[in-house]
Amino acid sequence: MRQMMTVARQAARELMRGWWVASYGLFFMLLAWALFAFGERPAQAVVSVLDLVLLVIPFVSIVVGVLSFYNSREFAELLLAQPVARSTVFFGQYLGLSVSLAAAFTVGLGAPFAWYGWSTRDQAGTLLVLLLAGIFLTFIFVAFAFAIAVRTENRLKALGAAIFLWLFLALVYDGLLLAVIMAFSAYPLEKPLLGLCVLNPLDVARILILLRLDVAALMGYTGAVFKQFFGSTLGLGLAGACLAAWVALPVLAGVNAYARRDF
Amino acid sequence: MVEIAGLKKRFGSIRALDGISLAIKPGEITAVVGPNAAGKSTLLRCIVGLVYPDAGEIRIDGLSINGDWRCRRRLGYVAQTAHFPESLSVRELFAFIRDIRGADSGDGKELIGLFGLEGALDRPVRQLSGGTRQKISIVLATMFDPEILIMDEPTAGLDPLSSQRQKKWLERERARGKTILVASHIIAEVEELSDRVIFLLDGKVYFDGAPGEAARLTGERTLERAIAAMMEQRSSCGR
Repeated sequence: MRQMMTVARQAARELMRGWWVASYGLFFMLLAWALFAFGERPAQAVVSVLDLVLLVIPFVSIVVGVLSFYNSREFAELLLAQPVARSTVFFGQYLGLSVSLAAAFTVGLGAPFAWYGWSTRDQAGTLLVLLLAGIFLTFIFVAFAFAIAVRTENRLKALGAAIFLWLFLALVYDGLLLAVIMAFSAYPLEKPLLGLCVLNPLDVARILILLRLDVAALMGYTGAVFKQFFGSTLGLGLAGACLAAWVALPVLAGVNAYARRDF
Repeated sequence: MVEIAGLKKRFGSIRALDGISLAIKPGEITAVVGPNAAGKSTLLRCIVGLVYPDAGEIRIDGLSINGDWRCRRRLGYVAQTAHFPESLSVRELFAFIRDIRGADSGDGKELIGLFGLEGALDRPVRQLSGGTRQKISIVLATMFDPEILIMDEPTAGLDPLSSQRQKKWLERERARGKTILVASHIIAEVEELSDRVIFLLDGKVYFDGAPGEAARLTGERTLERAIAAMMEQRSSCGR
């Protein structure tokens, strides 16, 4: 554990050096601040921020994840020549990167919301769900980045695969869902659709936030089914478990390959 | 004692190691020589655990170490090219590796003095020359007083004075009973320093013996000529 924290601290330090993380946090801060300055209500701001959160966080996490994995590869060789388990080095680097990015996002987005006064409990709850979703997405997409980079010798190929995965989950998957809805519009699709949404971590995050905002009513019967499911403790627990599984799967795939590869 | 039995490693279609068996004894400096891509670095990296062999076994004092990271408590490794985190100063880098290694920590003062690195301690690693980085890599590998030293081209990039000082230091460590394995392509240097030479060619041990023995076998005056003669002989056999 001590060794893992030492590696994590160093990974975070190396990342901070490039001003990457600070600019990333500042981006969310300026964005939220601008939305409050020009908009009127926090709920509107959340909806506007939502799409950006769902696009920017996965993209930055997966790209920075791949790049920093390759940047630290030679240094990882020095570490792996020390009496330290490979999994310790992997988890240390993963945590150092994920926690730094998640902290930048949380502080960046949280500060303007706190400043503009989210007084009621319900509003604070919505912000909390937004922040939690962002943190989960950071951990998920850095894990995807590591799982890809561990298996690929070529940095450009890994970057290509990472961007393709992001594009698929952020845009193509929803397009395919729409095609399914169109093709089977004669059938009741709410429940299969629920299952298909749970398979994409971005959709789970999006639904969780939308349902907090009472815009589900605009989504008709589907919205009602989703609200009923995700509104229940079981549904919420399942969504949380699903996001946690989306962190665990690529992390396990990554650490497994890391333990077996040659350096 | 480090024993290697039937070690094999392939990278795609290339056979980097093709059934290597040898024993590296304590109190000796063993040199691994051979042309580029002969498998020298792969052999060293297998012992350190950076590369996993496809077949064969590596034992330290009779205990199999394949895949066990704990055995690296007894190892110090100097890589062919040294890479360090750019954000750290030399002093911070030493402290970082000390943190990672935990209890068995040293301070590396002797080699820092030997290489004249005192002035570089507070400079960021990214500002240092290749030679200075190499010296730092040697200090890092030796500061914890490991029983087994594995060095891949340790004199590459060193100035003649530092190179001489390092050789004297290695001779002293040998006298202290350390097991020392050095890979090098500078054969004159190996001849001067090593008790035993292992000549690798195409992933196989082509010669294993004292430097003088190689010269005697081939009827050449120096180890370098003897090795060249063996390579010549090998390529004419291949034709």
